[in-house]
Amino acid sequence: MNASVNWVGYCTIVRKEVSRIVRIWGQTVVPPAITMSLYFIIFGNLIGSRIGDMGGFDYMQFIVPGLVMMSVITNSYGNMVSSFFGAKYSHHIEELLISPLPNWIILAGYVTGALVRGMLVGGVVLAVSLFFSPIEIQHPWVTFSVLVLTAIVFAMAGMVNAIFAEKFDDIAIIPTFVLTPLTYLGGVFYSISLLPDFWRTVSQFNPILYMINGFRYGMLGVSDVPLSLTYVIIGAFGVGLFALCMYLLKTGKGMRS
Amino acid sequence: MHALDVQQLRKTYGNGVEALKGVSMTVEEGDFFALLGPNGAGKSTLIGIVSSLVNATAGDVKVFGTSVMRERSRAMSYLGLVPQEINFNMFEKPLDIVVNQAGYYGIPRKQALERAEFYLRELQLWDKHDKPSRGLSGGMKRRLMIARAMVNEPRLLILDEPTAGVDIEIRRSMWELIRRINERGTTVILTTHYLEEAEELCRNIAIIDRGEIRENTTMKSLLSKLDVETFVLDLREPLKEAPRCQNMDISLRDENTLEVTLPRSKSVNALFASLDQSGINVLSMRNKANRLEELFLRLVEQGDDAPEGRS
Repeated sequence: MNASVNWVGYCTIVRKEVSRIVRIWGQTVVPPAITMSLYFIIFGNLIGSRIGDMGGFDYMQFIVPGLVMMSVITNSYGNMVSSFFGAKYSHHIEELLISPLPNWIILAGYVTGALVRGMLVGGVVLAVSLFFSPIEIQHPWVTFSVLVLTAIVFAMAGMVNAIFAEKFDDIAIIPTFVLTPLTYLGGVFYSISLLPDFWRTVSQFNPILYMINGFRYGMLGVSDVPLSLTYVIIGAFGVGLFALCMYLLKTGKGMRS
Repeated sequence: MHALDVQQLRKTYGNGVEALKGVSMTVEEGDFFALLGPNGAGKSTLIGIVSSLVNATAGDVKVFGTSVMRERSRAMSYLGLVPQEINFNMFEKPLDIVVNQAGYYGIPRKQALERAEFYLRELQLWDKHDKPSRGLSGGMKRRLMIARAMVNEPRLLILDEPTAGVDIEIRRSMWELIRRINERGTTVILTTHYLEEAEELCRNIAIIDRGEIRENTTMKSLLSKLDVETFVLDLREPLKEAPRCQNMDISLRDENTLEVTLPRSKSVNALFASLDQSGINVLSMRNKANRLEELFLRLVEQGDDAPEGRS
């Protein structure tokens, strides 16, 4: 198909997804803002004031990148999984499946929608954090690129979850039992240098650790892991998940009989 | 060029059900074509493969000469589909649903808005264009799906039981609309349970049963195969047993109703003469079923008698 058809199709999917985010703003933007404000108050302010410095920064400053990244991960994933599964469940995904749009445009449109929500919520959380701690971004391009690439990776992971899910319970399993533990254990609240050797080694198998630390390096200039590894791991997951999404869309898993 | 060319199409589902057993058929450009079959005959599977929602096991489908299997995107650009089940987002407004669909076909937003307004007005939905679509009535939801399918101005429009569950008034207005769409040059394929609908609208017909095409011909030639007609007669006086008349099959449905099967070669006058001779007074008379329905039932019943009966 020609490029203009694909471009109009892509813009339509993005517009539809952004409209959905705006239409249900009470579910998409407000809850993370409230949750993260509580994190800032309880962990950063009340408990953090007794913890002291971490990685050369006061505790509140240290957890801001982690909490922003946590919001971006959960919201980009959550947006994709709920929107795509909802479309599949009520069969309006068929509007796209019978259209001339190629699968990569469908994927790109939904990923962009998830990215918009991830960045929007990340921005809100960052804005909330300014009430508690001054922010000075050390490496803006690293900050931005790690944030965007991580949101894209988790949006694609959300699509895989949505494609395999058969009922609404199935879209809650991965976020609850995989995503949340990995995020909490990925260095949002602590530096892995504080962990005993064994648990530090175990933590290094957690890909989210590299994403959070890459982002923390961008904001604060400190990280538990080399920055190059952050990009390698995000790139590897990105390529793998893109290939998997394309394969699943091509075979029509759960969508075409 | 054929609007639709289906060749040796087979579909076996994962559970082993063979839904299509080598179906071949063609639909000419500009045609109004009926696809008939009982539940589970393979109609929806066939339409699913044509619209790329179902993967074929073997065979090929071409839409205006373009293979759905090899050039899906191009083939889909010719197609509009009105599915059997409601499949739009109930939380969106009708205007957004139709405009978005246009966008998926690469129609720029300004043009999409104009077209959406045109089709929503034509389908008498414009006064609801800005209301949540979950609030639409059943008939309105079906009309919305037609507007959505028409917004890309497809060359081939497939309607899978579009009037199921709508009242007769709306059904007839939808017939008019679909007829107008066909008159503008769009090839229409219609599946329906209302055989009267197919007889009223369609020029050509295929009857599918158990994954095989039983008939694929013009409506006219199919109807000409019907050599008998069955009438139901309401009687003034009750009867104990059915009268006997030559070349007519008469049975008593109940004591006040006769069912008469008459060869088409035989005049209805002859029936009344015989009944008159027997002293039977007829109050009213009607066809037992419409002509197509009789043929359809006979074709399907023939299939039931075949060695490979329905399991």
